[in-house]
Amino acid sequence: MAYLVSGLFFILSLGGLSKQETARKGNIYGILGMALAILATFASGEVENFKLLIPLMLGGAVIGAVLAKRVEMTSMPELVAILHSFVGLAAVLVGVVSFIDPSDIELTGTNKLIHEIEILLGVFIGGVTFTGSVVAFGKLRGSLSGKPMLLPGRHLLNLGMLGASIWLGAQFIDQGHDQALISLLIVMGISFVLGVHLIVAIGGADMPVVVSMLNSYSGWAAAAAGFMLKNDLLIITGALVGSSGAILSYIMCKAMNRSLANVIFGGFGTAGGSAATASEIKGSITETTADEVAEELKEAKEVMIVPGYGMAVAQAQHVVKDITETLRGQDVNVRFAIHPVAGRLPGHMNVLLAEANVPYDIVFEMDEINEDLPEVDVLLVVGANDIVNPSALEDSSSPIAGMPVIEAWNAKSVVALKRSMAAGYSGVENPLYFKDNTNMLFGDAKDTLSAVFSKLG
Amino acid sequence: MKLAQMKLVVPKESISSEKRVAISPDNIPAFEKLGYEVWIESGAGNLANFPDDLYVQSGARISNEKSELWAKGDLLLKINPPSNEEVGLIKEGATLISFAYPARNEELLQLLGERKINWMAMDCVPRISRAQSMDALSSMANVAGYRAVVEASHEFGRFFTGQITAAGKVPPAKILVIGAGVAGLAAIGAARNMGAIVRAFDTRPAVQEEVKSLGGDFLMLDFEEDGAGSGGYAKVMSKEFIEAEMKLFADQAEEVDIIITTAMIPGKKSPVLITEEMVRSMKPGSVIVDLAAEGGGNCELTETGRSKVEHGVTILGYTDLPSRLPAQSSRLYGNNLVKLVNLLGTTDQFAINQEDEIIRGALVLDNGNISWPPPKVEVSVQPVRPKEESIKEPVEEKKSIFSPGLMLGGLCILLLAMGWKGENEFLDQLTVFVLSCFVGYMVVWNVTPSLHTPLMSVTNAISGIIVIGGMLFVSGSNPWIAGVAIFLATINIAGGFLVTHRMLKMFRKE
Repeated sequence: MAYLVSGLFFILSLGGLSKQETARKGNIYGILGMALAILATFASGEVENFKLLIPLMLGGAVIGAVLAKRVEMTSMPELVAILHSFVGLAAVLVGVVSFIDPSDIELTGTNKLIHEIEILLGVFIGGVTFTGSVVAFGKLRGSLSGKPMLLPGRHLLNLGMLGASIWLGAQFIDQGHDQALISLLIVMGISFVLGVHLIVAIGGADMPVVVSMLNSYSGWAAAAAGFMLKNDLLIITGALVGSSGAILSYIMCKAMNRSLANVIFGGFGTAGGSAATASEIKGSITETTADEVAEELKEAKEVMIVPGYGMAVAQAQHVVKDITETLRGQDVNVRFAIHPVAGRLPGHMNVLLAEANVPYDIVFEMDEINEDLPEVDVLLVVGANDIVNPSALEDSSSPIAGMPVIEAWNAKSVVALKRSMAAGYSGVENPLYFKDNTNMLFGDAKDTLSAVFSKLG
Repeated sequence: MKLAQMKLVVPKESISSEKRVAISPDNIPAFEKLGYEVWIESGAGNLANFPDDLYVQSGARISNEKSELWAKGDLLLKINPPSNEEVGLIKEGATLISFAYPARNEELLQLLGERKINWMAMDCVPRISRAQSMDALSSMANVAGYRAVVEASHEFGRFFTGQITAAGKVPPAKILVIGAGVAGLAAIGAARNMGAIVRAFDTRPAVQEEVKSLGGDFLMLDFEEDGAGSGGYAKVMSKEFIEAEMKLFADQAEEVDIIITTAMIPGKKSPVLITEEMVRSMKPGSVIVDLAAEGGGNCELTETGRSKVEHGVTILGYTDLPSRLPAQSSRLYGNNLVKLVNLLGTTDQFAINQEDEIIRGALVLDNGNISWPPPKVEVSVQPVRPKEESIKEPVEEKKSIFSPGLMLGGLCILLLAMGWKGENEFLDQLTVFVLSCFVGYMVVWNVTPSLHTPLMSVTNAISGIIVIGGMLFVSGSNPWIAGVAIFLATINIAGGFLVTHRMLKMFRKE
């Protein structure tokens, strides 16, 4: 009964998160549901060994709380990724322990078969989630290269690993207990390798999709654990999380006009092959200075800011907010345009702007804003690249062709803030910088924007 | 071998009505950076409010000796083509950059050719995207368009903007701009800013958006013909089109107060668009500014270079509009020159590289040999984007096998197939599972994109529910494995919920 109620709480929690106004309530529902579930488990009488359990839980809670307090909003993607890996590992451990330590009821026939398949699935999905998340974490932190690492014959390799797991799984079912444990551990090992291999092949620009996909996996892993433990709450929760992550990944992929399969197996930037260099860009770039940008902003009536990962890296969201406030104080209509895959995590930019206290009703989605762009006097591109790249629409040979982008070039004047002329994460040149109405302001976004801000006063 | 330093010379313009100067003091550092020693003729910038001291402060040298100055110049920068007297002064083999109008200056080409001059014509810079920063025709046209409005308002006896005052109501002025090229657009913008009602006509329907973006009304003909030609100019239209067009102008002439015409055809006589008949139909006190006066004028009555009054209408045929805003024009022209001279490289590697289509286009004299007209280059002023709608339409939803609905369906079938032989307990669980998937699907689909990150961290915290799995085994024979699982899952629960809380606290609405 308690499990049912906490399941309902979780559903309410996700429902609450669908709107800004109710989002905080949603989070509280989630906490309530979790608390109820844990208490009910305590009270169920199946749990003893409190001496071990309580210190562990307290310790975990404290570490989690400290992590959550300490983390910079800009490194949120890393945190989420590493938390996913914890769920993955926990699912693996639960799977293994449930095999070593079977419950009292002796299962026979089909039920035994189902149970064993469930264990296998739980361990396998958990394993992929675990190492995959660790790799994603490394890529997001920059301690691993963001470039896709493509081994020759990687599809065969993946298939091979999958095949080996299935074969071992079949062995596992037929074998006696001790041998079966070895098979299970090998499957676990393979799933670890597979997780690493799958994620290293995906480029850094696709990390939003990967993170939400791993989120989904962690849900399925929990659901599989629910099946093997015959625990409805785990099933419900796992299914909720799993489908939520799947939908998020789907939304992200649509925003990039690519299919999930393409993200997972494509290895971005390689699909197009040599096409990336097909169209050379003619024209010259024009550099501008902070003074000129400040002047331009003062003259403008409509200003649009398009933030990208560069803003997160430079931690420039607070300066952006200061500039916004000042301009709004001078009756300039400042708005933000957010691309669905800006940053490295779905909704990454919104979180950063929220952190800097930018009111969310002046923050708009790409689709809401594209047609307003011709009215915009000055458009500031703060460390974004691929999401404002006109080749996505104009050049069918471009690797990012067909991806919906913010049509920045339609604004009357564009100022692009950038550290250098290097290409974006997709490795594609951006003709926007060469347009006549685009001026470049080179440097760290935080430094240059601070300079602009000081001239605005 | 290091060459002797090249001298860049800016003489005073010799035409008496010319107030502009080829470069402004701001340009001098750019030339020095390329290695030039910059010399300015004394008083060259006086009429453009650039006195000699300003040039000196920026690093230039001043000379009073006209002939000496001309003789030392390796690179000469001018606005107008040189006079016959100046041709005699120029150093043999020097490079000259100025307007050239080669079509009507054949004799001058011959004379300069005899002195082995390299002559680059600012009016022959090809109108391709890359060369826009050197397009002096456009930058001067921009000034002319603005000045045309200023001249018109000077002659016009009323306000541009409408007002309701204690002393009565003032109607706004109505202005017709014919030709929405650079000059036309500049005029539309300037007139709009002064409060007038502005209408514009152009044979190229493509410019309609540009006219509207500046606040003008675009007059449409009920006639299908696109006048976009090459080189950024409009092409000559069919007879039927011209008749329809003339009828439109006749109608407008009766109504508007000011007409600004900009229809120029390069190297040819300007077409007559405003007949004497139309002038007569205009209200007394109206003004016509004919920016095509150089080529004979768009108005039948225009007198090139002069202003006059006919049938009570003031007709301005000035050809020196950019020169009437000398400081601005000189600055823009100077900036155009900097970009062009940049293409020639630094002085120790000075080269007129004819592989570059901009240089090839602008070069009318190559070491004294006439190299005009250049071979044809395709122009990309208005890249035609056919079927823009097809781009803007929302991308059709692709049904990949990964679409969530199908994915769930597939999962159901798979699990059903597996579970068919099982007993009820499994089927019950499966039902729970499938139902939860659908609930999750329905609920999550409504989440606003800005909340995706919090959603993810909440679902992350919730998936920490796996802790229950660990708890159930912690009393068994392997408490430590279960313990680690519990430990990890709790980090997740606490971290996930708290970080979500932190994020959500930040979202605010004004």
